[in-house]
Amino acid sequence: MARVVVDVMLKPEILDPQGRAVAGSLRRLGLTGVTDVRQGKQFIIDLDGVVEGARLELIETLASELLSNPVIEDYKLQVIEDPA
Amino acid sequence: MSLRVGVVTFPGSLDDRDAARAVRIAGGEAVSLWHGDDDLKKVDAVVLPGGFSYGDYLRCGAIARFAPVMTSVVERANAGMPVLGICNGFQILCESHLLPGVLTRNDSLHFMCRDQRLRIENSVSSWTSDFVAGQEIVIPLKNGEGGYVADERTLDALEAEGRVVARYLEMNPNGSRRDIAGICNERGNVVGLMPHPEHAVESLTGPTTDGIPFFTSVLKSLVSA
Repeated sequence: MARVVVDVMLKPEILDPQGRAVAGSLRRLGLTGVTDVRQGKQFIIDLDGVVEGARLELIETLASELLSNPVIEDYKLQVIEDPA
Repeated sequence: MSLRVGVVTFPGSLDDRDAARAVRIAGGEAVSLWHGDDDLKKVDAVVLPGGFSYGDYLRCGAIARFAPVMTSVVERANAGMPVLGICNGFQILCESHLLPGVLTRNDSLHFMCRDQRLRIENSVSSWTSDFVAGQEIVIPLKNGEGGYVADERTLDALEAEGRVVARYLEMNPNGSRRDIAGICNERGNVVGLMPHPEHAVESLTGPTTDGIPFFTSVLKSLVSA
């Protein structure tokens, strides 16, 4: 059993209107000193077996072709073998 | 014999019927295509209609891109078949890499629904040849994620190659870079457009009938091809 965690974030240069709106709400709710908020997505993929070799390559491909759009987003991929 | 223009229905498509109606009003035969079927039924062109395919899950158009019908559409588009993506269809064309860039959340965060003035800047694409370059039109616009984004080099290339098909006038409704409302591929057969020409084909229901030339253009381009 393995777990793959893929974090997808808008590239720094891409405007994030949702993050901006969240920043506004945080300030309205009394949080001081908010300089920026960026909103992203996290995918948690649980799989049977081990994640290596061609299977890991396929996951990398799917992370860049399906889970994220490289035109506007970056992703980070983390493999956790035997998650508790 | 009238030319056959396919209109794809994805789960969550909204404007497939209006698109089919626009095709018929322009004089073509509208053919329904199903997302799960890679058979294009011998159509001469394809419209990817507006709506919320797959509920806009993941990213707009991201899942529709992998629908079986899209394999055929991408293959035929690369071989020169005219394809028009409207709104969600434009998003699908970008996700399919038939067009560069991507459509992002409106900068205002508001869903915009209005009659939008546009300037047609390309009158040679398969879908805009019945316009005169510089012609101004008004057609409905309705989107939540219509902000066109691409890197500066891509934007410069689109401008230099005359591939900005239409630009927003009077106001930019969604934060699109350089007021871009629509673009085409290098060959000019694939066009993506955020506003909705299929809702402006009859004076009873549309603000104008300015949308008709998009559909007559493709029928003429097919006859002359």
